[in-house]
Amino acid sequence: MAYNTPADLRYSKTHEWVRQEGDEVVIGITDYAQHALGDVVYIELPAVGATITAGEPFGVVESVKASSDLYAPLSGEVVAVNTALESDQTPINNDPYGAGWMLRVRPTGASEELLDAEAYAAFVADIDH
Amino acid sequence: MLKRTPLYNAHLAMGARMVEFGGWEMPVQYRGIIEEHHAVRNQAGLFDISHMGRFMVRGPQAEGFLQRMVTCNVSAIPLGQSGYGLLCRPDGGIIDDVFIYHLADEYMVVVNAANIAKDWEWFQQHTAGFEVELEDRSQRWAMLALQGPQAEQLLASAEESTTAEIGSLPFHGVALTTIFGQNALIARTGYTGEDGFEIFFEATYAERFWYGLLALGGNAVQACGLGARDSLRFEACLALYGHEIDETINPYEARLGWVVKLDKGDFIGREALQAIRQTGVSRRLVGFEMVGKGIARSGYQIQRVTGEPAGFVTSGMPSPTLGRPLGMGYVPTDLSSEGSEFDVIVRERPVRARVVKMPFYKPRYKR
Repeated sequence: MAYNTPADLRYSKTHEWVRQEGDEVVIGITDYAQHALGDVVYIELPAVGATITAGEPFGVVESVKASSDLYAPLSGEVVAVNTALESDQTPINNDPYGAGWMLRVRPTGASEELLDAEAYAAFVADIDH
Repeated sequence: MLKRTPLYNAHLAMGARMVEFGGWEMPVQYRGIIEEHHAVRNQAGLFDISHMGRFMVRGPQAEGFLQRMVTCNVSAIPLGQSGYGLLCRPDGGIIDDVFIYHLADEYMVVVNAANIAKDWEWFQQHTAGFEVELEDRSQRWAMLALQGPQAEQLLASAEESTTAEIGSLPFHGVALTTIFGQNALIARTGYTGEDGFEIFFEATYAERFWYGLLALGGNAVQACGLGARDSLRFEACLALYGHEIDETINPYEARLGWVVKLDKGDFIGREALQAIRQTGVSRRLVGFEMVGKGIARSGYQIQRVTGEPAGFVTSGMPSPTLGRPLGMGYVPTDLSSEGSEFDVIVRERPVRARVVKMPFYKPRYKR
């Protein structure tokens, strides 16, 4: 199955995406991740001002079937949270790269190894057979 | 190598997401668990459950043999009816939960997919002294479940026999009929808490039945995967082997005492079960709702509000019909009455939960 992997994003191997916007980054989960999870019905995100650490869990998404940790693709300070997702999680499935965004973060250095779109698509194709 | 049902290619062609379940490669969902769940509650859904085991038991002492193997009273299942039973170990632990169908000249026992080899061996080990013949028909026959309030009307429209068996089939009844030009055994049984049917037929015709049933009523039937099957049975509080029941759990703990007929005569596990019934159980299965924020999942630990370990979660999820997270689990009997509170450990944090009535969703069987 082919998943949407926009060319202007970078991706973690734990299926989060990162979009650079000036000095800040926006973070969410990928199309592959939302497919694998199924309909998300619950989400737990950090508050504005919290710090996230590369490779560590920063939140949780839950579907009917499973609970999954969200892993920080990089370290930084949370400057905005998509709180709309707390009452309506459907954008995570319907628009994972748009209205389904989760955090806006000011990076403080450390980052996980991030893949470009081509490498991530190949990575997903390899695990999804 | 995972096993595949005769509908494996059909599932792939329909874009199902496949997962491993009990040694089988099965569809977990097609369009989405929640949509499939609601289709069964409101209209009709179709499940491939060919992975389940189907054993035929025949011979002059078929009934006597089954009486020895299961906890329920097989003599009380009339011809053309079926009943729920348990296979127990001598110590009362549950080997499997099964459905027994009383057919003309034979019984069919439907067992859980993951337990086929274990149950088959268990049956073979106990045939001595009985004039009985066993046949494993799991491969030769496919099995589908058409479930939901519209299942009866839709299935009746596909029936070709003039005897109109489907409409008059009672709850748990089983009959032979003709659908899509082929013989099929239909039973008014299921695992969703809705009215519905399970259909057995030669595996060769699996795709004809699958696509034929989906097309009924102008494509009114939703293909459903194991995800919705689990969420539907969960709301109706029907036990899932490996979760609510296993060999370390006895029927009284699992609130399945009604399936144990101690006065029917001897059967494997009877002595131990009689003793357990007399002494009482120290833990019991309960249904609970989350008071705090969090979702309980299978395997999470339960502790008393004072912090001592108390038990474990067997199943838990956000209920699609009720719209909130619910769970089932084992707790000490003093925590098992409605309104009792305990904590579920969700990602290392205690989250308060409260015992509620089971089932969460009152089944709408047609009786």
